Amino acid sequence: MKDYLVLRVIAKLMIAFMVVFALYVQFHGDFGPGGGFQAGVITAAAIVFYAIIFGLPAARKVVPDRLAETMVAAGVLLYAGVGFAGLVLGGNYLDYFVLGADPVDGQHRGIFWIELGVLISVAGVMLKTFYMFAGRDDGGGK
Amino acid sequence: MIAVVTIVIARQRNLFAVVILFGIYSFLMATVLVALDAVDVAMTEAAVGAGISTILFLSALHLGKGIEMKPLHKPFLPLVVALATGAVLAYGTLGLPAFSDPEAPIHQHVAKRYIEDGARETGVPNIVTAVLASYRGYDTLGEVTVVFTAGIGVIALLRRLRSREKGRKP
Repeated sequence: MKDYLVLRVIAKLMIAFMVVFALYVQFHGDFGPGGGFQAGVITAAAIVFYAIIFGLPAARKVVPDRLAETMVAAGVLLYAGVGFAGLVLGGNYLDYFVLGADPVDGQHRGIFWIELGVLISVAGVMLKTFYMFAGRDDGGGK
Repeated sequence: MIAVVTIVIARQRNLFAVVILFGIYSFLMATVLVALDAVDVAMTEAAVGAGISTILFLSALHLGKGIEMKPLHKPFLPLVVALATGAVLAYGTLGLPAFSDPEAPIHQHVAKRYIEDGARETGVPNIVTAVLASYRGYDTLGEVTVVFTAGIGVIALLRRLRSREKGRKP
């Protein structure tokens, strides 16, 4: 579909906004609706959109398969790692109160990091699944 | 409207139309959830149900045939089972407390503490985020692990199929 000029230009405009909106959903999740799960899906949707317009190889250049696979595991590890950080700093597992100078600050930090872990994992899974499905008809890609 | 869409989905044999109808169904469901003040869930439903799953269904459809096969057996027994289960569930709702009743048991347990102390203890104004990430951190870790496991399951299955196809073709 990359021969359509209108689609290409609009897609380029939209994708930037989609990624910004995903980040807004991610980091504004403390105050409004949203969080890691939603932001992860929106991020993945932006890349999928890019893949639909510019073709799968172009998207694979932006986010390679290996990066998507790494993201799947890295998100979970980050989440679990935050839990262990709480242990190391003298609290319980997934205890955020010890992460910052005062408890509320620690909560903010803990929530920030685990939401980031959720985002990475969810976006990785969605993207990798899309790659696997979309790449099957042309001999399986790489 | 949801009922109409559901019936059309069940009757439709063209899978492409079914996928698009699923998207419409998800958006309607998201609207219902917004009406129930569950904005976070509505957002997830719109993004996952209407966005990503439609894409995944379409790409799966691209690999297979676009028309559903004729059913092999009569649908009456499953229909009866489904109707009976639905009736039992509807009967069960009669025993629930009235909708948004503040005296309902579910609002008397931990929810009260989350609402009263959540903003002060975590400094996060959105109660959903506070409960999800902080009070129920273990559960969310479990959820992420579920997503992870499902993801690597799909990856492992599809990759296996692919390498087998490659091995067959010289």
